[in-house]
Amino acid sequence: MSYRAKRPNRLFRNLSAKIAALPMIVTALCVFIGCTVWTVLYSFTKSRMLPKADFVGLLQYERLWDTRRWILSVENLAIFGGCMMVLSLVIGFSLAALLDQKIRFENAIRTIILYPFALGFVVTGLVWQWILNPDFGLQSVVRGFGWAGFEFDPLFDVDIVIYGVLIAAVWQGSGFIMIVMLAGLRGIDQEIWKAAHIDGIPAWKTYVVVIIPMMRPVFVTALVLIASGIIKVYDLVKAQTNGGPGIASEVPAKYVIDMMFNNLNLGQGFAASNMMLLSVLVILIPWAYLEFGGKKHA
Amino acid sequence: MHNPVLDAPLAALADAPAGPKPQKRFSGGNIMLWSVLVVVLAYYVLPLYVMVVTSLKGMPEIRMGNIFSPPLEVTFEPWKRAAFEVCTGLSCDGLSKGFWNSVQILIPSIGLASVNGYALANWKFRGSEVFFTILIFGAFIPYQVMIYPIAIILRELGLFGSVTGLVLVHTVFGMPILTLLFRNYFTSLPEELFKAARIDGAGFWSIYFRVMLPMSLPIFVVAMILQVTGIWSDFLFGVIYTKPDHYPMTVQLNNIVNAVQGVKEYNVNMAATLLTGLVPLVIYFASGKLFVRGIAAGAVKG
Repeated sequence: MSYRAKRPNRLFRNLSAKIAALPMIVTALCVFIGCTVWTVLYSFTKSRMLPKADFVGLLQYERLWDTRRWILSVENLAIFGGCMMVLSLVIGFSLAALLDQKIRFENAIRTIILYPFALGFVVTGLVWQWILNPDFGLQSVVRGFGWAGFEFDPLFDVDIVIYGVLIAAVWQGSGFIMIVMLAGLRGIDQEIWKAAHIDGIPAWKTYVVVIIPMMRPVFVTALVLIASGIIKVYDLVKAQTNGGPGIASEVPAKYVIDMMFNNLNLGQGFAASNMMLLSVLVILIPWAYLEFGGKKHA
Repeated sequence: MHNPVLDAPLAALADAPAGPKPQKRFSGGNIMLWSVLVVVLAYYVLPLYVMVVTSLKGMPEIRMGNIFSPPLEVTFEPWKRAAFEVCTGLSCDGLSKGFWNSVQILIPSIGLASVNGYALANWKFRGSEVFFTILIFGAFIPYQVMIYPIAIILRELGLFGSVTGLVLVHTVFGMPILTLLFRNYFTSLPEELFKAARIDGAGFWSIYFRVMLPMSLPIFVVAMILQVTGIWSDFLFGVIYTKPDHYPMTVQLNNIVNAVQGVKEYNVNMAATLLTGLVPLVIYFASGKLFVRGIAAGAVKG
């Protein structure tokens, strides 16, 4: 009995560790869970200028999907996201495979391809805004070569503006995917290459038939990273086109911010942000299940 | 949180290439490979080149020439204007103010955030893994979902619009990735070290300061690179949680370049863009492999 009495209270064991972990606990509970739940709750209210706990069911969501600007944002994101995923994966993998050929200056080339990733989205957007400037940029340069009818001004053409944003996004992000892919390629056993060589399988076929299937987890991780980045895309559009011309290059993340902080239509902002959350969950849950759920059973 | 990409193979980046056997130096395949590489590299290098040459030209030359031609007459006037003279809103002292705002935001966020990771690695308590999992999954939640309630919290704390408030926000959102980074690193250290220190009577803090901290310099550098590049490029938090007086450099940059009124000075704009990008660029080129490690760990931040 006396031994038991001497044992310290459970709560105070490792007290320092608990104190040191306090910021993390507060962040996890108050911000990540608390704030998210708050926004989800208030998306069911008719808050406009100020949050007001006046519940109206799914009204905000109905209104959201009736708004042309929102639907356009989602369409833009679908085009942008689809292209971005395919391009990032293809370019990232091809570059990684190229760099894996024992070429010279590998480090220098890698450094060059990755540097845009160090620049933020705002800088990226502004540089490409300048390069794609129809009066001074690419279009005028090509016209200067003598091709007077050349037309390429994505930032001022409603139909293709989202591809202008895409060019910049690929420039900024593909280097990172290359690094992830390269790490995956370097993790592949040398023996595979030797075996393929002995069997006389050409290199490209080895990549397609053997290496890429072996790198499935790397591709999945890369895809999750790209996809969760795409949903959040905001600064790039804000800097490069500011959603224009008109509303042609609006994206959901920008819709949310504009509704909350400029249009003073909080309910719409909350509802839209929850649609973003929903799409993240759609990507994240299957991935988390594959990545972590499977291991428990194994 | 074991992740096949982000852990082991990264170390392998340093190893020899694993690709197929190389061909002879000037074979047809090799020439094709290099021509592809040259085109690819042009795509990546050209924007930086365009930024530099544009920022060194005068406006008349920009209006006449093309954006790829090197400056006939090199002028540093745009740089000077971008740094000290250009107007944003009412104040006209260029980007220099934004620079110092950014520095002020940066230093405390790194300091605060880096202490957190250690507690999790060796000092597990009931529920610590649960909080950690919440934290990691929280990193995937779009900021837009949490941005308004956080504004309310900051207002209640009386920090809305101040640099302190922004520091707090960056600390909170930097926490998942930094905690992951430090936790993985501390877990990789041999457990015997920790046990030996325990036997010698060291407690939580003395193990941290006398054993762990001196051994974790590399990971601090990685964390710092990650935070500096991340916070420097942040636009969303800066524009929402601070007032124009405290705008970080990136926000100021956007306001300068995308200002609707006045004549567009493309050379000054590019000088400003370059100046803002310079900080992460310098860090990137100076840090090399550590940067790669940082972003690979930062991948969850997306």
